[in-house]
Amino acid sequence: MQTEILPYIVEPRKDTGLYNAKVGIWLFLASEVMLFGALFSSYILLRVGAAEGTWPHHLLNIPLGTINTLVLICSSVTVVMSWASLKLNQWSKYKFYQAITILCALIFLGIKSFEYTDKFTHYEVVLKNGTSMTGHVEGSPLFLNLNKLKAAKTESIGFHPDAHASGHAEGAKGEAGGHGEGMKIATADITKLECFGPWHSTYLAIYFTLTGLHALHVFAGACVIFAIWGPLAGLWKKDPERYTNRVEVSGLFWHFVDLVWIFLFPVLYLL
Amino acid sequence: MSHDAHDIQKSVRRYLIVFGALLVGTILTVAVNAVNFHSIAITVAVALFIATIKAFLVAGYFMHLIDEKKMIYGILASTGFFFIGLMWLTIWAMHDFPTLAK
Amino acid sequence: MQPTTKESHHAAEAHEEHHHEELGFLRKYIFSTDHKVIGIQYGITGLAFLFFGFCLMLLMRWQIAYPGRSIPFFGPLLERMLGSDVAGGGVMSANLYNSFGAMHGTIMVFLAIVPLAFAAFGNYVVPLMIGAPDMAFPRVNMASYQSYVLGSIIMVVSFFIPGGAAQAGWTSYSPLATSIDTNGQTFWLIGMIFLITSSLLGAVNFIATIIQLRAPGMTWMRLPFFVWAQFVTAFLLLLAFPPLEAAGVMQLMDKVAHTSFFLPTGLSVSGQIAPISGGGSPLLWQHLFWFLGHPEVYVLILPAMGIVCEIIANNTRKPIWGYKSLVYSVLAIGFISFIVWAHHMYLTGMGTKISTFFQTTTMIISIPSVIILTCMFISLWGGSIRFNTPMLFVLAFLPMFGIGGLTGLPLGFNFSDIHLHDTYYVIAHFHYVVAPGTIFALFGGVYYWFPKITGRMMNEWWGKVHFWLSLVFINLVFQPMFAQGMAGMLRRMSDGGVNYSMAQNQGGVIGGLSDAMIHLNVTVSHAAWALGLAQLPFIINFFWSIKNGRKVTSDNPWESTTLEWQTPTPPPHGNFAHAPQVFRGPYEYSVPGKPRDFTLQNEA
Repeated sequence: MQTEILPYIVEPRKDTGLYNAKVGIWLFLASEVMLFGALFSSYILLRVGAAEGTWPHHLLNIPLGTINTLVLICSSVTVVMSWASLKLNQWSKYKFYQAITILCALIFLGIKSFEYTDKFTHYEVVLKNGTSMTGHVEGSPLFLNLNKLKAAKTESIGFHPDAHASGHAEGAKGEAGGHGEGMKIATADITKLECFGPWHSTYLAIYFTLTGLHALHVFAGACVIFAIWGPLAGLWKKDPERYTNRVEVSGLFWHFVDLVWIFLFPVLYLL
Repeated sequence: MSHDAHDIQKSVRRYLIVFGALLVGTILTVAVNAVNFHSIAITVAVALFIATIKAFLVAGYFMHLIDEKKMIYGILASTGFFFIGLMWLTIWAMHDFPTLAK
Repeated sequence: MQPTTKESHHAAEAHEEHHHEELGFLRKYIFSTDHKVIGIQYGITGLAFLFFGFCLMLLMRWQIAYPGRSIPFFGPLLERMLGSDVAGGGVMSANLYNSFGAMHGTIMVFLAIVPLAFAAFGNYVVPLMIGAPDMAFPRVNMASYQSYVLGSIIMVVSFFIPGGAAQAGWTSYSPLATSIDTNGQTFWLIGMIFLITSSLLGAVNFIATIIQLRAPGMTWMRLPFFVWAQFVTAFLLLLAFPPLEAAGVMQLMDKVAHTSFFLPTGLSVSGQIAPISGGGSPLLWQHLFWFLGHPEVYVLILPAMGIVCEIIANNTRKPIWGYKSLVYSVLAIGFISFIVWAHHMYLTGMGTKISTFFQTTTMIISIPSVIILTCMFISLWGGSIRFNTPMLFVLAFLPMFGIGGLTGLPLGFNFSDIHLHDTYYVIAHFHYVVAPGTIFALFGGVYYWFPKITGRMMNEWWGKVHFWLSLVFINLVFQPMFAQGMAGMLRRMSDGGVNYSMAQNQGGVIGGLSDAMIHLNVTVSHAAWALGLAQLPFIINFFWSIKNGRKVTSDNPWESTTLEWQTPTPPPHGNFAHAPQVFRGPYEYSVPGKPRDFTLQNEA
């Protein structure tokens, strides 16, 4: 490649004590801090600005969120262990740790998409007589709404209201079969039918935006770590120090992604 | 590189301790959340306090910020300054309304 | 001259050795990772967009001067290209006017000036000035340019979709931006996300390059001021752009996923309550936008100041006065520019405390700007100035930027801003900063570095024609706008203010616009079209000189001290024939006791 004319790709520059990529990744992370920082600030403003009592609590599944937090912490420690293994020249240990990292990333994304689907099949329905209920529509359709019902000329839907009377019952319990009796609702009686997507409330909007952006970061980080672990592993033989640096730099990104989640979890799930 | 094998072995032990602390922190966050403090401010403060300690552990030990070069500190310090400016001034601006003189 | 020509011989040999593996056309010119090629790519694309954005404005000026009349020649063309619903009978509709207005701003700021001032000049010149073989991350550099091209294609395509391009101004305030019934805004947001990504990649690259790849001996206080300016600019882009990216993502969610980040409860659109969950905050968008928006102003001006400094030092043949003050001023600007943004928002109902805070910081930031300008003026004192084309443009920059800066003070005070806010006065103010300010400096830079890039000089005589015509007409364009603005003429009106004229309202509007004010529209428009014609000498000169310009006889035709002139011409891949070693500061002109009136930075 043409890049070989550059100095300080592997060895650190004397006055800064850093190699190029390390400066680069920290600068990039600085901009990421501003990106997530702006979103966090927006979250605070929207929440503080919300009318009294309209900000929903405990809409999310806390056990799943806790598991995901633990999964990310595990992946973070395997990333740093894999880097240490390379420093100690233990190639197979590195391969093992990084495999766990990638596995953790997949578990995290799997749980996340399960949580998303859960929200997209959970509905609020408002009837003509003014009653409002939350629950599940029979057949668990995604993104159903009144316009779609009318377009499909559906006469009525089967509806399983959540056991809790409150509209914001804990997702976990609503999910786990705490359903009340199934009922039939005629399309003509419905004035509003909406799943818990980002358009449902400002809270859900910021939840989907923050976690969606975070999930994209997890995905991108996992891709990079996988690429270095698999297709680009040949570099280890040719230039082990450069390879180790790559692992370190991708690891720094991964830790940052973990760090964002450390704040996202209490802010979105608990408070 | 500045790390020799012995140093690395030592830091591996440290990583595992940090890992344990992070697990405990997570459990603690969830447990504390179940306690009713009768005050939103305290609940928020406790949760963010634990999160900040966890973040410090990840940044300090996993990302080696605890002994990083001056240049990196400089970059992060200016980022912190601008982030605080963004958050603090925006929140201030959105809560300072014109009032009529008495 | 002797040593430089010798070096260039060496370079030619080294150059041939380097070219064992001949790169194909695609790798060499399209998917190049060489900072010089990328710089030229940015330069050409940026100049093309500068011209395009200018043309949009020339068309709008017709509608302002002669509202409702068919545009001669171009009107039918617009009708055929964009459809008769927006340009029926060759008349620019209000929607089309709004589109052009929004896109003029967007294109000029994000597709023309930033790519030119930061990416083009920065990419080409910075590594040469610090004695580096390339940028720190060549492939990231390529990705940055490609992301920019992708973003700009999306922006241009949005003109041709049903409903047309974005219409809510370059500031895209919510809820207007999400309520207008066109997908142009969606295109705008996606395009912006690509452009922001491009800027972020570029900024990371610039900072890492300047930190890591300075040649031995090139200490921080020996950096040419241009490099300092680019360094601070890169930091502004790195840290101010992400909040806009966040805001862009949120507005995109508002537009596509129907969330309500920036949409308040009870919002009504065209008399109907909008079917949204509500609870959002329109002011949040403005805060996040201007958090970028104000540092962006300095992104536009700092590289220009860097160019000005280089050219002044070179053509006065004496050291820049107050190099250290310049460096500390530019750093101060960088920091303070992050905490002044809400002076764009005095009329949003902020309280007096916060208004006073922002007013104070705004006044404070004018101090380092004035220090920089003063250093430049004092540098002229007692110099035997060479009045070549680059120097003329730079000399014009000083008073023009002065006018732009000083007219900003009444806008920075919240009590006078109440009257001037959103009028033509604002347009005149910031155009004085950016058009005869930044763009003049950029022209100066093009004339100045052209011989390094092509090995040929641009034609001096036509350069001077270009300069004098531009200077006269650009002032005729913007001076009358101050008067119009102070008379209360609002910006963003598609009829040139006719609706608010005294003539039409028979005194019904208090303080309606007088005929004299309305008639200034015609004067301004004619000046603008003449300004357009005045660019022809430049365009022709530019392309003609690439092939036919006078060949330079040395690698250092301007007899400059800085490192970029110590490479072969044009610089080969890897830039320097021998890795340079730096011994002195950047502006050692006319040092007593030296045989020549310039002492090279790498001269022992």
